[in-house]
Amino acid sequence: MAYGRKVMEHFANPRNVGEMKDADGVGRFGNTVDGDEVVLYIKVKDDVISDISFQVFGCAAAIASTSMFTEMVKGKSLEAAIRLTKEDVSEALDGLPPGKIGCSVIAPDALRAAINDYLGRRGRGFITGDEIPPMRR
Amino acid sequence: MERTYFDNSATTRMDRRVMEEMLPYFDQRYGNASSMHSFGREAYDAIELARERTAKALGATTREVVFTSGGTESDNLAIQGAAFANIAKGRHIITTAFEHHAVLHTCHFMGSQGFRVTYLPVDGQGLVDPEDLKRAMTKETILVSVMAANNEVGTIQPIRELGAIAHEGGSLFHTDAVQSIAKLPVDIASDNIDLISISAHKFHGPKGVGALCVRKGVKLRPVVYGGGQERGLRSSTENVPGIVGLGKAIKIGVSEMEDSVARMVAIRDRLIDGTLSSLEGCFLNGHRTKRLCNNAHFRFDLVEGEALVLSLDMKGFATSTGSACSTRSAETSHVLKALGVRPEDSRGSLRLSLSKFNTMEEAERFLGAIGEIVARLRSMAPRAARSGGA
Repeated sequence: MAYGRKVMEHFANPRNVGEMKDADGVGRFGNTVDGDEVVLYIKVKDDVISDISFQVFGCAAAIASTSMFTEMVKGKSLEAAIRLTKEDVSEALDGLPPGKIGCSVIAPDALRAAINDYLGRRGRGFITGDEIPPMRR
Repeated sequence: MERTYFDNSATTRMDRRVMEEMLPYFDQRYGNASSMHSFGREAYDAIELARERTAKALGATTREVVFTSGGTESDNLAIQGAAFANIAKGRHIITTAFEHHAVLHTCHFMGSQGFRVTYLPVDGQGLVDPEDLKRAMTKETILVSVMAANNEVGTIQPIRELGAIAHEGGSLFHTDAVQSIAKLPVDIASDNIDLISISAHKFHGPKGVGALCVRKGVKLRPVVYGGGQERGLRSSTENVPGIVGLGKAIKIGVSEMEDSVARMVAIRDRLIDGTLSSLEGCFLNGHRTKRLCNNAHFRFDLVEGEALVLSLDMKGFATSTGSACSTRSAETSHVLKALGVRPEDSRGSLRLSLSKFNTMEEAERFLGAIGEIVARLRSMAPRAARSGGA
């Protein structure tokens, strides 16, 4: 097990960490019993993610990948952001150890939940898709 | 950056005196111990000196010492060897739920070979109850294997008592003493041990060499066949420099044990007391006093172990979560599970393991750093996790 330079850099200095009190949408994914957990907060303007922050409980891969993911989606339209995959995040970090992608790169899942929360609050229809997790509060 | 090595249960720094003793056996006295000529005799004599030193340290005779490639091979030879050699007498093996994988997985294998294996529980403090062994013994029991001290949480088992119970029931008694050599005194006769596994790199010797001590009269079937070295129990040309190193390391380790242990206990206690008193949501795993002089094993609320180990590494502290990998239920430490630690409470494990080379200054430096590291990781955690798990 060894992480690359980019992963360690994001782990040491994660971007966009913290709770956002006035978020337009909040998404939570994962659990802390036997996995990692991420909460994403988004601010949305004209269907573009204008700001994003996160909280995380998990290993270095979970912390680094969530940090990287927030950088990737900031400024992107909801539609473009929701298309980003775990593999895209891993690639942006120059790769993660096998086994870490499936269980620790969960920020994309949390974003889907956050976007649905945002849309739900505005009475707009949920984005359809099998993997959209229900919002837990 | 100054680096501090607190991972001595994984491996230790070699003692210079050990290295110096080994060096001539690479390029000057490089003979094969089985050869007739003077080169061969030099190698043979070196092995026999190491055998004497090893035997003396364990309270054994030289004929009882078998050199191997390390702790894992010693455990395999002890368990497979004793089980297959005593199959006529019975097919029942007893071990514990929190053995090292070298024992545990070998016992799983024996289970696939027609043996019945009983895994004794351990209590919440990481101790085996001799009464449980008494109850588990049957007429069919041919081997009991219990580690002298646990590699993750460091708890010390009542080996002498367990060995006596095994013998009363007519069974052999094996102990994996890989973590306890040069930290706990051992005498195979008075401790009721028939088979004991040791590994040189855990006590400032080289990697790739270990020994199994086999009490006189104990029958073993070899695992490795070939030229018949080590009285036929472990064929293969002897690792002469390694064996020389093991002999030197165990001699130094045992003769300097009293001072080293006292020193490690003082540092260990400072680490335990300092960490527990300065941090909220931090607990010690394993019995407070019935533990190795060099082990401190913590559990932190709201911190993930791998993130903690990597954060400490960035500050120059080499530590371990205590288990091979940190996350996922399938990989949750079998040791903590055996202690009854809930999966969600075994996420934030941290093992500090000391050696005679550690100093009190290093412990103070650690105590100066751990608070901030834990606080940083906790500050990132979601609120639901902070209020006690999802």
